[in-house]
Amino acid sequence: MSTATAGRPPGVRTRLPVVDPATAVARTRPHTSVGETVSQTLSMAWRALKKMRRNPEQFFDVTLQPLLFTAMFAYIFGGAISGNVSSYLPLLIPGIVAQTVLTTCMSTGVQLREDMNKGVFDRFKSLPIARIAPLAGPMIADLVRYLIAAGLTFVMGTVIGYRPGGGVPGVLGAILLAVFTGWAIAWIFTFIGTIARSARSVQGFSMLILFPLTFLSNAFVPVRTLPGALAAFVKVNPVSHLVSAARDLANHGMISSEVGWTLLAGMAVIVIFAPLSVYSYKRHI
Amino acid sequence: MTTVASVYASGLIKTFGELRAVGGIDLEVRQGEIFGVLGPNGAGKTTMLRMLATLLPIDAGQARVFGVDVAREPHRVRQLVGVTGQYASVDEDLTATENLWLFGRLQGLRSAEARVTALGLLAQFGLEEAAHKPISQFSGGMRRRLDLAASLITRPPLIFLDEPTTGLDPRTRGEMWDTIRGLVADGCTIMLTTQYLDEADQLADRVAVIDRGRKVAEGTPDELKTSVGDSTLQLQLAESADRDLARQVAWRVVGREPVLTPESGRMNVPLDTADGAADVLIGLRQAGVTITAVSVARPTLDEVFLALTGHGTGDAGQPGQTERDEPFLEVR
Repeated sequence: MSTATAGRPPGVRTRLPVVDPATAVARTRPHTSVGETVSQTLSMAWRALKKMRRNPEQFFDVTLQPLLFTAMFAYIFGGAISGNVSSYLPLLIPGIVAQTVLTTCMSTGVQLREDMNKGVFDRFKSLPIARIAPLAGPMIADLVRYLIAAGLTFVMGTVIGYRPGGGVPGVLGAILLAVFTGWAIAWIFTFIGTIARSARSVQGFSMLILFPLTFLSNAFVPVRTLPGALAAFVKVNPVSHLVSAARDLANHGMISSEVGWTLLAGMAVIVIFAPLSVYSYKRHI
Repeated sequence: MTTVASVYASGLIKTFGELRAVGGIDLEVRQGEIFGVLGPNGAGKTTMLRMLATLLPIDAGQARVFGVDVAREPHRVRQLVGVTGQYASVDEDLTATENLWLFGRLQGLRSAEARVTALGLLAQFGLEEAAHKPISQFSGGMRRRLDLAASLITRPPLIFLDEPTTGLDPRTRGEMWDTIRGLVADGCTIMLTTQYLDEADQLADRVAVIDRGRKVAEGTPDELKTSVGDSTLQLQLAESADRDLARQVAWRVVGREPVLTPESGRMNVPLDTADGAADVLIGLRQAGVTITAVSVARPTLDEVFLALTGHGTGDAGQPGQTERDEPFLEVR
């Protein structure tokens, strides 16, 4: 209830005006509107960004991992898989982008869980705000982290000799697609965050999901080198679609059907896990 | 038309596994009063408050805030209440101003409005100098004040305060009491929980005493206190064999049942006024009962409990929760 709707000009007061319960009851609304929900989510994102800026160690994973993994994988596997490092890079870089973005969204769940143990979440629960706002707000702020992770991977790749055939538009497209997919997948980890008992268990559980998803994909090796059963899984793994789509975009500047599948998979995850997360947040915490 | 109750609860129940934390409580808080919920740790005070504030689902029973059903329309209820919890419910990583600004924005204030409201509240609560400090540098009293300020952004007509002064020093506690009285003067209704009889006495218009999830008494602080006497005469008998005689004397003189601890030979006599102590002492002297130690104290919550429930506060706590060993009463 803003002061403006009550017809009072805003101004510093030393005392509160008298509260009339009947008026207050009459002014209550049964639900938050879509506009309010968006505004509340953005306020929560503002909070998360402030906290990020004050705890810069939160950026360690999204800066170090792309730099380290790109160089490490390129020089260790480059010769074995593609004959030399530079011909491995077009295969590897989109793979690393997918991997780092997915690892980054794991910490979304861990941080939410840590955050929910704090007293301020009691306040958020007691306020007349959309229940999705405290969950979606930090995820919006995390877009910054995905952007850093994906962007740095391409920068590092370029430094060690990667020359994407799709040019700048292709690379930007690949980054955007990876960020979107990361954001979508983050809802899974947000859901885990709302059901787990501790931040530690979120971490453990998330690793269990992430490792097979990223390594049992075409992120680092060509599918044709894999045995039959494994190849079958790799082909349906949504991470493989993201990796293929990112390769098509970055290496060939091509918007292939893989892009469509990736977007579709991302949307499906949001449609399933966003309501689940809100439901679980309402019930358990 | 009669005015609707600020809080109405009937048969409120909350069960955690085997433990019935709140076992069927009825309450009615009138508009504009300070209603105290008094009880020891683990009595179910906080659980009850959290249910009324929509923070915990209600297992059974009914609750309404200004006539709005808490279980069915929690979103409406949240627009009518401010909640200040036992633990600081502000963000440690933000400054005081940022916290209040955020809570204002979340409740629909425009950015400039939220800033003005934040600054106004900081001024009202004497926190201007700490406005841009991180909360981690705040003292306990400052945190509580900021927490209360955060509950007042939309000027809700009802405020829940969960143990607003636990852990505060006497001076800060007095300031908090003045703040709470100020809120009521402005038209707020306050429902607060406390473990201090003194706090209920100083602040509350009416008090409900809660024990093991049940309401064992309700009334004005004066009514509660007269049920145990205005003060207590504590005696140490030289011979514990004298205890029956001493009890009879005390009963004859003050007309109340004294509380005896047979093993240690201690006897507590409830008194309507402190000078009744002399009458009891004279009576004991005349009866030939020897006393080794004497003191007169105000009744403690323990004694109120003993009088109301037949057991002290110690065994009312949940397992694992230790009884407080600091005094329950503090003199301002």
